[in-house]
Amino acid sequence: MKSFKLIIALMIVTSFVSCGDKRTPQLQYMPDMYVSVPYDANGVNSAGNVIVNRLPVAGTVSRKGIVAYDIPNTNEGYEKAKLELKNPLVVTEETLTNGKELYGIYCAVCHGVKGDGNGILSQRDKFNGIPNYKDRDVTEGSIYHVLMHGRNLMGSHASQLKYEERWQVVQYVEKLRSELK
Amino acid sequence: MHSQDVDVDRQKEGKKLFKSLCASCHKLDKKLIGPALAGVEERRTNEWLKAWIKNNADLRASGDKDAVAIFEEYNGSNMTAFPQLSDKNIDDILYYTTVGNPPKPGATPGLDGGEPSGQGGAPRWLLLVLGAAIIVAFLIIANLLKTVSELKGAPKKPGLIGQAAELWQGIKKNTFLHVLFVIFGLLLGAYFLFGTLFKVGVEEGYQPIQDIAFSHKIHAGDNKIECQYCHSAAKHSKHSGIPSVNVCMNCHMNISEVAEDTKVIMEEGGIVLTKKELDKEIEEVKNAAGYYYNEESEVWEYTGKTKEVKWVRVHNLPDFAYFNHSQHVTVAGVKCQKCHGPVEEMEEVYQYSPLTMGWCIDCHKDTKVDLKGNEYYAKIHKELAKKYNVDQVTIAQLGGKECGKCHY
Repeated sequence: MKSFKLIIALMIVTSFVSCGDKRTPQLQYMPDMYVSVPYDANGVNSAGNVIVNRLPVAGTVSRKGIVAYDIPNTNEGYEKAKLELKNPLVVTEETLTNGKELYGIYCAVCHGVKGDGNGILSQRDKFNGIPNYKDRDVTEGSIYHVLMHGRNLMGSHASQLKYEERWQVVQYVEKLRSELK
Repeated sequence: MHSQDVDVDRQKEGKKLFKSLCASCHKLDKKLIGPALAGVEERRTNEWLKAWIKNNADLRASGDKDAVAIFEEYNGSNMTAFPQLSDKNIDDILYYTTVGNPPKPGATPGLDGGEPSGQGGAPRWLLLVLGAAIIVAFLIIANLLKTVSELKGAPKKPGLIGQAAELWQGIKKNTFLHVLFVIFGLLLGAYFLFGTLFKVGVEEGYQPIQDIAFSHKIHAGDNKIECQYCHSAAKHSKHSGIPSVNVCMNCHMNISEVAEDTKVIMEEGGIVLTKKELDKEIEEVKNAAGYYYNEESEVWEYTGKTKEVKWVRVHNLPDFAYFNHSQHVTVAGVKCQKCHGPVEEMEEVYQYSPLTMGWCIDCHKDTKVDLKGNEYYAKIHKELAKKYNVDQVTIAQLGGKECGKCHY
């Protein structure tokens, strides 16, 4: 009879423990199967409380290579890119669809779906004075330059887009620009 | 600046022009890319301003000292020329910079802002205490009435406890009830035991407290920023990735305070964060990126001293299960919300799906593979469809149920 009471008590206790609160993680069965030995991305800090998400070692190049961009973030750099930088990609249906999708994610929130500068953040007064593409004298080179370095209120979007993706966005922006005219 | 002597039409026109042309670099009261423009008419002559706005490069080239000085003060950043503006346009804009914004309708200073942030009504604990007090009072009154009636000579009845004791004696002697009780107990125990065991390692509803009170509702819900704007790794990588602070700074470089009536309701105890607390949270992000507010010059200065933001990862798959975001987001085109739930409504993110194997398999069994633009595999898909006698194969039929797909 004693052990029976003990079992019931145990069951009640475990059920309470497992309910827990939602702020702490649940009980894990065999944690060494759950938690990886190498450090996981976005995981807890590694030994010595060093943050796990780190920049690659300086000078690291991915296996597919990186196209260098050495035009500096200055007024002269902007003018240089505007005149000299050319889009290496050929316009195809695929690049334009891709560009449209990426534009929708990264640009439309400010510049508007049509490129008229009337995105949701502009409508909600978070950013004002976003220009209509047709009012600005831009070239494919200057669009790419601004994507890389940002300009005025716009920040750099280089970390969010890959090399080809940036050029696809440039293609789509140019398409919008021609449609607005 | 009283509203009665303001030409409302000119103010409105000026504001419209200012918002569409100037506001990307200028604010009235604060330095942005260019200087604050409130009261600029007192600092410069009208002719100078017109010349500058229409074509500042020409003005500088003509050797105007003031023009060159301001150009150099702002590190040689070019202001866009506005030759399309007429003199009247410019006068309207300048008029607006002098008179400022029209007063908000219905804003009576001193009335709002004084109320506590709670959603009205008494706090919960007070209600509980009051409720308990009322119950105790009733019990005391009932007891008193009973004693009074007994003193008056009413026959003494066995109380509630007495009745219960009699019932208990009866139950103790009844073997049938014993058996029934044991069976009931075992069933209840089994129910709780299985419930407990099935929850081991399942983190559904896990909602850790984050370092910064970042509200997905404000960003993805109200402002409709796409998930992948910040989680840009999802389309190419195994992980969706927590954005680095430079992505935050794309907007927060210029947005350092929330709108007047913004509120974030935290999960715990209904804590409401208002503008004051939320502005602090934005300051945290800016500090993490290395920007600190200089009280004296009233600008954000870059110091280079960055900090880490200790986000707590919410979704953790065990190490023995392989999952790849790009496979689901880019190849299959699954919407983020399918697994992560209505994140755009969450003030604090919680794990929406159980992320158990059964949950994965269920989706793999139901989801048809989209074969469009996939000619390379057209033949094998056709054969498989013939084999299973279906029009379109599901992921499971394509091998999405094989153990080795996720466990290796």
